[in-house]
Amino acid sequence: MTDPGTVGARSVAVQRSEDFQRLRRSFLSFIVPMTALFLLWYLLYVILAGFAPGLYAIPVLGSINVGLLMGLGQVVTTFVITMLYRSWADKRYDPHAEAIRHEMETGEILDETQEGRR
Amino acid sequence: MIDQINPVINMIVFALFVAFTLFIVFRVSRQKASAAEFYAGNRSFTGPQNGIAIAGDYLSAASFLGICGAIAVAGYDGFLYSIGFLVAWLVALLLVAELLRNTGKFTMADVLSFRLNQRPVRMAASLTTLAVCFFYLIAQMSGAGGLVALLLGLEGGVATAATVAVVGVLMIVYVIVGGMKGTTWVQIIKAVLLVIGVGILALIVLGKYGFDFSAILDDAVALSPHGEAVLSPGLKYPNPIDFLSLGLALVLGTAGLPHVLMRFYTVPTGKEARRSVVWAIWIIGSFYVLTLVLGYGAAALVGPEVLQDPTTPGGENAAAPLLALVIGGPVLMAIVSAIAFATILAVVAGLAITAATSFAHDIYASVIKNGTVQPDEEVKVARATVVVIGVLAIIGGIVALGQNVAFLVALAFAVAASANLPTILYSLFWRRFNTGGALFSMLGGLASCLILIVLSPAVSGHEKSMFPTLDFDLFPLSNPGIVSIPIGFALGIIGTLLTAPEPDHEEKAAEMEVRAFTGAGAEAASDH
Repeated sequence: MTDPGTVGARSVAVQRSEDFQRLRRSFLSFIVPMTALFLLWYLLYVILAGFAPGLYAIPVLGSINVGLLMGLGQVVTTFVITMLYRSWADKRYDPHAEAIRHEMETGEILDETQEGRR
Repeated sequence: MIDQINPVINMIVFALFVAFTLFIVFRVSRQKASAAEFYAGNRSFTGPQNGIAIAGDYLSAASFLGICGAIAVAGYDGFLYSIGFLVAWLVALLLVAELLRNTGKFTMADVLSFRLNQRPVRMAASLTTLAVCFFYLIAQMSGAGGLVALLLGLEGGVATAATVAVVGVLMIVYVIVGGMKGTTWVQIIKAVLLVIGVGILALIVLGKYGFDFSAILDDAVALSPHGEAVLSPGLKYPNPIDFLSLGLALVLGTAGLPHVLMRFYTVPTGKEARRSVVWAIWIIGSFYVLTLVLGYGAAALVGPEVLQDPTTPGGENAAAPLLALVIGGPVLMAIVSAIAFATILAVVAGLAITAATSFAHDIYASVIKNGTVQPDEEVKVARATVVVIGVLAIIGGIVALGQNVAFLVALAFAVAASANLPTILYSLFWRRFNTGGALFSMLGGLASCLILIVLSPAVSGHEKSMFPTLDFDLFPLSNPGIVSIPIGFALGIIGTLLTAPEPDHEEKAAEMEVRAFTGAGAEAASDH
């Protein structure tokens, strides 16, 4: 349905290129462990809250207890992961992705009329 | 305390807010808006602007009034909502925002139909989108509309219904006139007001206690009939599985909420979508930390007895406005109430434009007209749809008045997590994924949520149920997430393995993957 040289054919070529595979691997090797980390940490928080409310009730600083600190800990890790991802993506990911995008887009002008179908 | 409420001041502050936002919406509006302008504000918002608007779209009345009230009355369990609502943004940041921005155009269905069979997938995606928007809209309209009526000193069924209608009409006007641009500005204004208002309230409360948070907790414990128990989990959800189910729906639901997804299309690039989410996370995170101060502050200074008194207007939901009344008098309360009102309006406007876009773009243009409509006509249909949705939301909101509809928000999150998120993730990350998998996952996820909620204690069998006199409560949890989310993910795999891939599968999957990861060929910002 598409002849060679079209967006589809070029996409397949780019997708199979070593360069793109490296980009995808570097993305997944950052995202997957990070996602596993924050989801497990969050699940631990919820499970402890549900099954060990006594642990959360232990006071630490005055009346501020383990539970409140665990909750605030979730906020802190969320902020930290956000900043880590941002700086990784800006410094490492974007330049690489930009280079492949440039290659993909200047290889041939994208067929604008295709957009209407979607 | 309640008789200090001054409806006249409240009304004036409300009117000022409405006048100001209407002025902005009319200024940014254009009669002949193109589709990109009406649906996505020409993709011309910057990351920071969109980040603030996302916060405005996301921090609903349930977040502001609901969480403050839940912490004030049930203590720690209210805080769990805050944490789930916040951590959820990492799913959006890491897995969804940029890739979705790179591959889609206006709706969630755009992403899915990139490489799947578009007509059935658009139908199904539009169905889940409309379901989430509708549940969310009704919850906002009835719950919050009723509260606003009471804060304005309007009593009786007719006045409350009239307030719901006014909220609905304002929503229609914002969206029809301003499109996505107007809606975005309303959300930005609201987010700024909300964060400033909540920040000032928290500062005053902390200042009263010499910035000793622990002392606030001590007073909250002293005033609560549950004593120390307000500082640890379990008051609202004694069943830990209920906790887990709710927690899962919250953390996985956000990145599948259609009105949140749609906001990613209002920026020019994937990189700006990333910046938006970073901004949104900072604002939303800070906001939820402040709600902890306000919630326990209301527990300490207003007290759960006042909030649970049936004669208190708005009950639990009035915690933040009543806290403002106690620490700052009627003027501060009017400001906080106006912020609550702004919150409702900004959220319902975001929901309305999302639902209208989904109907006009996915169902009308792609399914009914098979992709042969003029863009002008599509926008006309979208505007007409806004009116229909507005009228339905007003009727639904009025019918639901006085009913316990809090479960509708939880249901919206559960549907988003079970029906939307699996398909979005599979289509972005799993090459083999196909139309069969998408349909199984979306329809199965939606159906399992609906069936489980109907069979849950939220609907029947209990004093606080929607139908307390009937009893078909077979599913013990108030949130279906723990069952329906795995069902949604599993059905995506089963459906994919049982059906054949599309004929042009390989090329389309490659095109989508390259575009998602690099932004090559992504929809660009359009000029005016």
